[in-house]
Amino acid sequence: MQPAQILHPRPEGLYCPKADLYVDPVKPVPRALITHGHSDHARWGHGSVLATPETLAIMASRYGADFTGSAQALRYAERLEIGGVKFSLHSAGHVLGSAQALAECGGTRVVVSGDYKREADPTCAPFEVVPCDVFITEATFALPVFTHPTAENEMRKLLASVAMFPDRAHVVGAYALGKAQRVMAELRRCGWVKPIYVHGALLALTELYKAHGVELGDVRTVETAPKSFYAGAIVLGPPSALQTPWVRRFPDPVTCFASGWMRIRARARQRGVELPLVISDHADWPDLQRTILDTGAGEIWITHGEADALAHWCESQGLTAKALHLVGYGDEEEPGAAA
Amino acid sequence: MNRFAALLDRLAYEPRRLGKLALLENYFRETPDPDRGWALAAMTGALSFKNAKAGLIRSLAAERTDPVLFGLSYDFVGDLAETVALMWPSETRANAQLTITDVVEGLQTIPKAQLPETVAHWLDRLDENGRWALLKLITGALRIGVSARLARTALAQMAGKDADEIEDVWHADAPPYTHLFAWLEGRAEAPSVATNVRFYPPMLSHPITPEELAALDPAEFCAEWKWDGIRVQAAAGKDAGDARVARLYSRTGEDLSGAFPDLVAGFDFNAVLDGELLIKRGGGVEDFNTLQQRLNRKSVTAKLMAEFPAFIRVYDLLALGDEDVRALPFSERREKLETFVAAHPLAPIDLSPMIEFASWDELTFARAEPKDGGAGIDADAVEGVMIKRRDAPYLAGRPKGYWFKWKRDPMVIDAVLMYAQRGSGKRSSFYSDYTFGVWAEAGELTPVGKAYFGFTDEELIELDKFVRNNTENRFGPVREVTHTKAKGLVLEVAFEGLQRSARHKSGVAMRFPRISRIRWDKKPSDADTLEALEKLLRSEPAQL
Repeated sequence: MQPAQILHPRPEGLYCPKADLYVDPVKPVPRALITHGHSDHARWGHGSVLATPETLAIMASRYGADFTGSAQALRYAERLEIGGVKFSLHSAGHVLGSAQALAECGGTRVVVSGDYKREADPTCAPFEVVPCDVFITEATFALPVFTHPTAENEMRKLLASVAMFPDRAHVVGAYALGKAQRVMAELRRCGWVKPIYVHGALLALTELYKAHGVELGDVRTVETAPKSFYAGAIVLGPPSALQTPWVRRFPDPVTCFASGWMRIRARARQRGVELPLVISDHADWPDLQRTILDTGAGEIWITHGEADALAHWCESQGLTAKALHLVGYGDEEEPGAAA
Repeated sequence: MNRFAALLDRLAYEPRRLGKLALLENYFRETPDPDRGWALAAMTGALSFKNAKAGLIRSLAAERTDPVLFGLSYDFVGDLAETVALMWPSETRANAQLTITDVVEGLQTIPKAQLPETVAHWLDRLDENGRWALLKLITGALRIGVSARLARTALAQMAGKDADEIEDVWHADAPPYTHLFAWLEGRAEAPSVATNVRFYPPMLSHPITPEELAALDPAEFCAEWKWDGIRVQAAAGKDAGDARVARLYSRTGEDLSGAFPDLVAGFDFNAVLDGELLIKRGGGVEDFNTLQQRLNRKSVTAKLMAEFPAFIRVYDLLALGDEDVRALPFSERREKLETFVAAHPLAPIDLSPMIEFASWDELTFARAEPKDGGAGIDADAVEGVMIKRRDAPYLAGRPKGYWFKWKRDPMVIDAVLMYAQRGSGKRSSFYSDYTFGVWAEAGELTPVGKAYFGFTDEELIELDKFVRNNTENRFGPVREVTHTKAKGLVLEVAFEGLQRSARHKSGVAMRFPRISRIRWDKKPSDADTLEALEKLLRSEPAQL
């Protein structure tokens, strides 16, 4: 079986003709398989959606219960056959409920990674290596300049700054789904026991994480209060809120941003970030390489990100690589940035 | 290196001027000599290493990294030092006891042949931040938002002195400035400025609007043309050791003498003059495009000097003989300047003429029509008018209320985005350099220019997204963006002037183009034509 008969790229996304199904389509389609809940992968208005129960819950929370015509939950490792193709979902370690999709037909195994990471994350299941013939990978951070430090290291940096400026508030920009909850959980692991304050936009998904058993401790919504109330506090908000009058309610705020992009100075400065926190939910350069080798795949397709560099590396390893240049991913809140 | 690297890192992320000043002051206070002096020199651009340049870093990177991956990474990061610092393959993570003095003295004294090995060894011993600081030292462009003026203000703050006081003695000491620091800490007399033949911090102007102008009394002001060249200072006379010196400085105090030996050789005077460096061939003064052609050349050949003869159009006198005359009112300095220019007919200078006007209306006419307003054949090199108070002393920096610039209005066209390239510096990793075109006769777009500023950070994100989602072709770092009649992005481009150019396919070259607005509302077919653009050309074609 040619892999392209199982999955091939179309403008809407990766398409499986046998099952008439798209993976993470960027436009409304009759049947979609969704790898995870970030808005660039999980969009509103499909005829039917197949995803993990957690991802379905996230989509319902973001878009309302009527986000799709019909929804079908598939737990990790459960199998479902559609049009002769066996589908299963396997954890991707990216955010709560994130999955890789395995499509198997005629003995050929194709895995769509979705977005993934290998680093431990207290808020979601760890990445599972799924052996396959074709591995369709993301490449958000596929350049040798991206070697992420540990999340613990970055949290220590934040806590050291909080200790150094006890009269200021530290306002951390973090994506509403995944990054915000991971920062909270990592802060708890580093011994921060005080309340963590959040922007209203982060509340619903944080509650959803808690309902799924993720321990986040005392999380409170930012309320109207005298500035001094937030002295020494850690406040989380969506990145878009960092440049708005919302931050003026805090005492002399230190602007922080939790993202893999913070490794590049220009990116941090471009956003006016004073304390960059390099915390990423995507695999860094060494982990992309490790994962490709772990899957044992001989053919690597690259969906989005720095495809050229990863393709070059694959070829240096004797692997066949193809850049699909799919358009529309990496759009969670800013271009190339659900990071 | 630890302390210096930490300083650079914090400065790079500190957006507030006051925050930067506090970091600098703290560093200068707590760091011993000569480390702090070398750091000061590095931050004010006073260091350069004969054998250690960007090329050295490139060759080290080539030895240690895959060339394709290095190229892609550099393209993404947009900064050589940062790229190498981030991808340097090294397991060593201990910032060994390496001081900035070790590094600077090493870079100055280690023979060229041994330098690559030494620098590689240093890179192995440093962590990412230390590597970044070291490589920044070598490339020279720190990009940490610290100007020489800001550094001197921090020194002033530390010593409780006035920043201008420091400006005045600055050129009397050299890196690592141990004498300067001794004076700042009250342990020594000020470094003596034995001669007035030196660089003076220039006086700068404020932009002004017609409304603001109307509130001023024209009788209290003079006006001159604002020339579209390079602001320079010509300093010639005896130095402290009684030797003859002649130097050409940029407005930031950079020594340009090497690039204009023809000019400096003609400094037959004892004075410091403020003026505009321009090119004159045959008739009138050439516009900035022509000057740029000389500036773009790396080596200064006899042919280049003959082809692009430079001179200085002077408009102020800072020192005459050994006397600093900056405290005199402008009208008195101008009188002395006129006498001076008349007495030096052989020097490569001429006098920037005054614009006669009795009312602001008359000046408005001159600004709009420089050719008939008095600039005559030099009108092409006029970019507006300068308005100066008759009683203004010459003050360093941008003092309020004395000097104003009133530029000519820019020209504007609607063009279509054709190609985009990743930028550098703050814009790195975003597609931020835009090539745009207008419709030529055949119904095809022809590229007419390139712009990489004029938009806000928010607009940059939108533009970058548009480029990524509408890519037709990739040529290395360049992306071809959809540009058909029906589909594409229209950019409103503002520019200061337009000229015929044989070097451009379209036959025209824009001066200072920038994106003034993104026309999301327009279709490419609504954009301007080459014919419309040509109508904006000045009547007389330049000789190229």
